[in-house]
Amino acid sequence: MSGAFRIPGAGHIDRAQPLAFRFNSKSLQGCAGDTLASALLANGVHLVARSFKYHRPRGMFTAGNEEPNAIVQLERGPHTEPNLRATEIELYAGLVAASVNCFPSVDFDLGVLNRLASAILVAGFYNKTFMWPKSFWKKFYEPVLRNASGLGVAPDAPDPDIYDRLHWHCDVLVVGAGPAGLSAALEVARQGLRTVLIDEAPEPGGTLLQRPAQIGGIAGAAWAARAAAELDGLANVLVLRRTSVFGYYDHNYLMALERRTDHLGPGRAPGIARKRLWHFRAARVILATGAHERPIVFGNNDLPGIMLANAACTYATRYGVALGRRGVAFVNNDHGYALALDTQAAAGNLSLIVDARPAADPELARRAAGAGVRALQGHVIARALGGKRVRGVDIRTCAGTNAGRVECDHLLISGGISPAVHLFSQAPGTLRYDARLACFLPDRASQAVEVAGALNARLQLASALADGKAAAARTLAALGRAPAALATSAALTASSAASAGFVPPATVAATAAGTPAPGPVPDELHIEPLWSVQSLLGRKLPGKHFIDLQNDVTESDIRLAAREGFRSVEHAKRYTTTGMATDQGKTSNVTGLAILAEALGKTIPEVGTTTFRPPFTPVTFGALAGRDRGTLSDPVRITPMHAWHAANGAVFEDVGQWKRPWYFPLPGEDMQAAVARETRALRTTAGVMDATTLGKIDIRGADAAEFLNRVYTNAWTKLAVGSCRYGLMCKPDGMMMDDGVTARLAPDRFLMTTTTGNAARVLDWLEEWLQTEWPGLKVYCTSVTEQWSTVAIVGPNSRKILQALAPDMDLSNAAFPFMTFREGEVAGLRARVFRISFSGELSYEVNVPSWHGLALWQAVIDAGKAHGLTPYGTETMHVARAEKGYIIIGQETDATVTPQDLGLAWAVSTQKDFIGKRSFARVDTRRTDRKQLVGLLPRDKSFVAAEGSHLVASPARAVFDPASGSPSIGHITSSYFSPNLGSGFALALIANGRALRGQTVYCVRDAGPQPMTVGDPVFFDPEGKRRDGID
Amino acid sequence: MASTERASPLAAWPARFAAASASATDFTIRELPFTTQINVRGNAADAAFAAATQAVLGHGLPAAANTWAGTAERAALWLGPDEWLVVAPDGMNESIVAALRNSLDGQHAAVTDVSANRTVIEIAGSHARAVLGKGCPLDLHARAFSPPQTAQSLLAKAQILLQCADIRPAFRLYVRISFAPYVAEWLIDAATEFAASRGLDAQRIAARLA
Amino acid sequence: MLRIGCPWCGEREEIEFSYGGQAHLAYPQDPHALTDEQWAQYLFMRDNPKGLLRERWVHSHGCRRWFNVERHTVTHEITAIYKPGEPPPARRA
Repeated sequence: MSGAFRIPGAGHIDRAQPLAFRFNSKSLQGCAGDTLASALLANGVHLVARSFKYHRPRGMFTAGNEEPNAIVQLERGPHTEPNLRATEIELYAGLVAASVNCFPSVDFDLGVLNRLASAILVAGFYNKTFMWPKSFWKKFYEPVLRNASGLGVAPDAPDPDIYDRLHWHCDVLVVGAGPAGLSAALEVARQGLRTVLIDEAPEPGGTLLQRPAQIGGIAGAAWAARAAAELDGLANVLVLRRTSVFGYYDHNYLMALERRTDHLGPGRAPGIARKRLWHFRAARVILATGAHERPIVFGNNDLPGIMLANAACTYATRYGVALGRRGVAFVNNDHGYALALDTQAAAGNLSLIVDARPAADPELARRAAGAGVRALQGHVIARALGGKRVRGVDIRTCAGTNAGRVECDHLLISGGISPAVHLFSQAPGTLRYDARLACFLPDRASQAVEVAGALNARLQLASALADGKAAAARTLAALGRAPAALATSAALTASSAASAGFVPPATVAATAAGTPAPGPVPDELHIEPLWSVQSLLGRKLPGKHFIDLQNDVTESDIRLAAREGFRSVEHAKRYTTTGMATDQGKTSNVTGLAILAEALGKTIPEVGTTTFRPPFTPVTFGALAGRDRGTLSDPVRITPMHAWHAANGAVFEDVGQWKRPWYFPLPGEDMQAAVARETRALRTTAGVMDATTLGKIDIRGADAAEFLNRVYTNAWTKLAVGSCRYGLMCKPDGMMMDDGVTARLAPDRFLMTTTTGNAARVLDWLEEWLQTEWPGLKVYCTSVTEQWSTVAIVGPNSRKILQALAPDMDLSNAAFPFMTFREGEVAGLRARVFRISFSGELSYEVNVPSWHGLALWQAVIDAGKAHGLTPYGTETMHVARAEKGYIIIGQETDATVTPQDLGLAWAVSTQKDFIGKRSFARVDTRRTDRKQLVGLLPRDKSFVAAEGSHLVASPARAVFDPASGSPSIGHITSSYFSPNLGSGFALALIANGRALRGQTVYCVRDAGPQPMTVGDPVFFDPEGKRRDGID
Repeated sequence: MASTERASPLAAWPARFAAASASATDFTIRELPFTTQINVRGNAADAAFAAATQAVLGHGLPAAANTWAGTAERAALWLGPDEWLVVAPDGMNESIVAALRNSLDGQHAAVTDVSANRTVIEIAGSHARAVLGKGCPLDLHARAFSPPQTAQSLLAKAQILLQCADIRPAFRLYVRISFAPYVAEWLIDAATEFAASRGLDAQRIAARLA
Repeated sequence: MLRIGCPWCGEREEIEFSYGGQAHLAYPQDPHALTDEQWAQYLFMRDNPKGLLRERWVHSHGCRRWFNVERHTVTHEITAIYKPGEPPPARRA
């Protein structure tokens, strides 16, 4: 037998499948179909947790996603997961779980010492107490608090599971498969619409599985099973079980988390994604998310054995579990009254209903009498008694008179309902407070959504079914479909849905925001609002009166916040932490709000609710990451020569998503040695670099030259075919955006190069101007970045090497001068060769279609062997270009730098207009104290400054003094060690820097300021003699 | 003498593609290397432009957005209101470029060989839609995306040009060569779920996308 | 996450698009005829309404076309989409 509290014959569990599990090291047994919570209760285990602040004993309080107390650590090792709700964990064989937030055990917990100090652990205690002395925070308070805080523990090994995502489009998404959701889904599905029905439970049915119900002469559970079977049989319908919709975003974008294998136990479904994150785009949504029941606040209302009435009914009906031998119910509404009687019908253990109202519905009262349950009208429970389990209640009349003590081992509470408006509110939809029903209801939707069922305060089965149908009818009308012929909900027939045509969402009037159901909401609750027994009786009662069970927030905490001046519900929430625990206050927010309103002397609508934000229930990081982890966490872009680089020992640098060779160390070399060798080769013999990643744009049309004139700062109309030019691009504000060399391939055709990181941005920029400002220009831009592979052969021997590969090409300075290109055969491949240089050396950049990139590279390597050719990476490229004072966009520039700041005025036309030109006449860009590009040489030649270091004018200013403001006169943009100079060197932007040439500035660093001398940014071959080669 | 052999970006992958195709139920993946691809720009409303391209290609450039025209082997894919990608078997790039440029001489048009810019990965089989759906936000239901549909979108973090080439279904993904290994790895990973021994809800999902 | 109707490709997910800021800020005919203040107005000053805003988007991962969107900055409701050069539709009440 799976527990002493199992009710014979009751519940939708499989008694033939007993499942052994362990909780807090104790071996127990449950059944297939149990949750961890129901299995524990079947074994009489109520005490499952210690509360967060006072470490009070806590038991299961609900049977669903709103559970505040029964938070457990599931499994061990890499599979362990903290802070799961026992009410949602499906039992499987071998399950291992443990309580959180207790030491050494849930039965004997040392943290209980906090209770002795509970008089001072009030709202704002931490903010008020741990402020002084300030020096104590870092060394004492923080470590102690960190140790005491938090719930479960994170796994200490990488997650072994895999996770998945799926995008899905549908006509209608129905959230919640209770009676309203099921009836709505059947209506729309039978019309052939692409329908998705989602429910968090293992099977559709919702409350049909949780309460005794009859539909058209069959049991509610059987009706739900038939409805599910019909929907499963339709190819236009996707029914997702064990799936929680947690976010409702713009334009009907909803996200849901499907738990696919958790119910099997860890490691039992190899290769199958454990969870799947669904991304839905729905033409219309029907929310049938139900309602949460709400507690009533009284003394010691947190004891184990105290539970919401619908939870007690669910445990009895769905799981066949009795909560104890002798139960009492405390209600203020007919819904809770009926739930108590339903529980009695299944479990037969209820002795008394305490109802705060003068009278209950007569039919319910008759049922109670018939079931042998005594009812006390006009009475309240003032206090619960007990330690680790409730053992009795003190009862008073609503006038405050003592009405005696009743023994019990469990207590059912119903203080009304809180419709699960979370998703509706996220949408965002507005809420309205219904004073008659004492709850917030959906009001105005801003998206294409309908609401139905208990979310819409339809609590009776018949009205929930009808409301679901009505929501479906409104949905069909909005989609341009006639509602189905009226069929009774019970009479399910096979439909011919598959023959109906598909309606693409875009073609129908799907975007109209949903409208509230016409007509007034019926009162199926008959509630008399009762938030707190203390406030009803107008006197202080013994015991602690909890509002938020998970964060241990009490009624007096809320009242204290009000007294201390917290008027806004958002502030009071954060000050008291009401609703800020992992359950996000699903059972406590409205109660806290009502008590705050009372304390402030305002109405509930005046105070208003806090904002509902996603996620509705917690989502693990693993599920959010999905398959985007490890090698797939981000695209790794490689060039066609990558395999050669890897095989030849390259160390790679990430440049955006590209993997570029950083340097090529020989055995035993470190980075410095490798870069020194590569730099030497480039300056004395030859080097070769993979320059494939540069952006390339083919620009074509009669107005191509005019277009370049407008987007570049320099002039292009007179550039000869076959020649290249360095171009600067600015934003309209005159700040540098990109640079690169552009070649004229024909009178109406150019090939533009962009920096590696800006390739896509520059193309978008060009298209923006062509499409929006100059649609009359005859120009087409086509990205050819990856059409071409580029091999840069650099250094004094580069001509000899290229000549060996291109014997027919005249490479003399006269025939093939600097800043020109030629087309021809290189290594037997059709190639375009540019004579340009980013190092100051004689150099050729050879372009071939990228499928020939590797072959060209190999040919160059082979041909270079006789000429000291050395492959080099981005570090050597940087050293060489910085020695020449060549800038890198994004390194020397940061969107506040003009060409003139960089000393590039020579590349800015004074004749023609171009984007940004007007800004060079602004006062700001003409300031003489703008930061200007200079070179820096350290007095200590071994010093290599950190890039980004600040520079100051004197050593005394290297220590920051807030009183005198920032002492920084500039910063270092590039910094390397130059083997050629035998010294560290740097490029820097310094205020009015060109006027400081010859002077000393100081580089700020932790180890003390370092003197550096300001000079020209060109450190090497300032005359430019080397670019034509040395013979 | 140096090699003049071409290398496709997924030259090292056929074995992995074969293994992934073999282990999955009704899902195949392969590279179609060296597909001729030519980017054409021009004014679709201009009769001379339409005639000049039709004369060379033997089929019109599709006017409807996000469609392709022609045959699976020789097609033109819509890229934008004035932009198309002409595709053809390996080796035809130079002749088609020359013919188009010749035919369009004097018009405001652009013909650019981009055959080496992207490679083509083809996936096919009843699970192909679900594999794509794991990373692509398009509506991939057969009623929304079947021949002659194309779309430019994203697959996970890579830009793709997606062509529904066959009702089977077969999809061709045109991806820039530097992204090709990422996309190939991503597709194989996404398809592991469809190995014969696994499944879970795979058939159900496939049926609801068909 | 918005669903944006590209005038050419139809409705697509927001991740395929890039935002281009306020629409209808034409590049001045002759920037040099403007005062520094007028030029700064063009460069830096943008509307920031709580309500409808006309803005530019580009279908950057799709057809690479720019277009205009009229969007409510609070509800994100898109009330109009039109091509560059087309006049904005009349404002809804």
